[in-house]
Amino acid sequence: MNFFLDALAYIVDPANLTGAKGILPRLGDHLYYSALATGIALVVALPVGLAIGHTGRGRAFVIAISGAARALPTLGLLFFIVLFTGLGLWPLVAVLAILAVPPIIAGAYAGLESVNRQTIDAARAIGMTEWQLLWKVEVPLALPLIIGGIRSAALQVIATATIAGYVGLTGLGRFLIEGLAVRNYTLAIAGAILVAVLALLVDGLLALIQLLVTPRGVSRGVTSTAPRSRARLRRARATP
Amino acid sequence: MSIEFRSVTKRFADETVAVDDFSLLIPSRKTTVLVGSSGCGKTTLLRMINRMVDPSSGVITIDDEDIATVEPVALRRRIGYVMQNSGLLPHRKVVDNVATVPLLNGVPKAEARERALELLDTVGLDRALADRYPSQLSGGQQQRVGVARGLAADPNILLMDEPFGAVDPIVRSELQHELIRLQRELGKTVVFVTHDIDEAFLLGDQVVILEKGAKIAQQGHPREILANPATEFVASFIGADRGKRRLAPVAAAATGDDVLLVDGTGYAAGVISAPGGKLAYSISDKTDQAGDA
Repeated sequence: MNFFLDALAYIVDPANLTGAKGILPRLGDHLYYSALATGIALVVALPVGLAIGHTGRGRAFVIAISGAARALPTLGLLFFIVLFTGLGLWPLVAVLAILAVPPIIAGAYAGLESVNRQTIDAARAIGMTEWQLLWKVEVPLALPLIIGGIRSAALQVIATATIAGYVGLTGLGRFLIEGLAVRNYTLAIAGAILVAVLALLVDGLLALIQLLVTPRGVSRGVTSTAPRSRARLRRARATP
Repeated sequence: MSIEFRSVTKRFADETVAVDDFSLLIPSRKTTVLVGSSGCGKTTLLRMINRMVDPSSGVITIDDEDIATVEPVALRRRIGYVMQNSGLLPHRKVVDNVATVPLLNGVPKAEARERALELLDTVGLDRALADRYPSQLSGGQQQRVGVARGLAADPNILLMDEPFGAVDPIVRSELQHELIRLQRELGKTVVFVTHDIDEAFLLGDQVVILEKGAKIAQQGHPREILANPATEFVASFIGADRGKRRLAPVAAAATGDDVLLVDGTGYAAGVISAPGGKLAYSISDKTDQAGDA
């Protein structure tokens, strides 16, 4: 009668792994939706975030837009879109991408803004073009925070992709929906555990990447050769 | 590689006038020091030479070429730039930092690295430091790397913005003397910005004392300024009126036109000989003490 143990038993039972309603195909679908949505969000959000961080312009505008995007109820938005387009993969991917865009933008611009102004000024003064400045100085130094934004986006997308089950798709959310519908709580909890474990694994993987991309000269000691100004510190703290 | 400012004015967006109708000839292969208190516009002047700041009006020329017609990135790559706190790239090793500009200019990597190692010798750094990161060096070492980077593309002009402002007095004195030695060997056109009048007098062939708005209070060889402060402002700035300077000129009738220098405590430190004077020029080394403040 212990739902949790039963759920674990369900997950490790080889009989439940494959087949049309098996764990592995649903896991594959779940990852597919999530990767697609995060990928599309990256293509849209990274250039925007980098542009804001590099130029310092458009920050207020984009924060307002992405704040509003965060407040959108994803499930409601999904049903709303499906009303017009009908069931299918793209409404789901669209709403998940909308969910992923704000943290990626925030990570990118917060990352670039955290780079020491004197370092940037010096790089420009010795003759780097703006493009070289961005790719040789700003992005390498900001990479841990940029990945941090992607990490937070991926976590939200994987957790939220459970709603795929509501619009005729599969994914790990199906276990939850099917289980709740027939009061099979073992099945529902198994689904919840699977989603949580997947989210944690992906998060851990990205955390590892974050560590690996931290520039060596920076991880070994201070992040810059000079203290940042108070105003910069305050702004850095204010950013999520 | 002489640099000339002709009636240069810089007005910032908030209407503050940082530089007001400034004209100056900076001679080739000499060290010119722009000295003044904070906010006098000296750094703005320096940054106009490599177009980090563009003047609101007026013309700046390098060897009679108007720099407004030169693409900023190309201009900056042929002018060395050394700043306070070194401005090194924290994610790159020392050797790569020094080689940055040659690499941007398309010099092959092996050649750029070899040249960077030679430059470490030039600025008095052990080659063993080449594979360290800037954060693993002391402040003085970082500044030496900054100078090496400034010299890497073998520029004719070297701009130095308070490069020794953030290191302790002993290291500062060391770096100052290194710079004098380097300049003797290399003969660059150096433009040096500082608020430290002792540093200015030590390093400058030409010292330009600036008031607010980059108004030139006095310019000339350190000897001329010390012997003959043009205005009250200059006298006060060089500390002559407070007896605070180690060296101050006093009238000395017995020696004709020679000027006797006394230090802050009244001891005679040396004499500035006039062409018709009786005594030889024998200023004691002004720099064996770290600073008078």
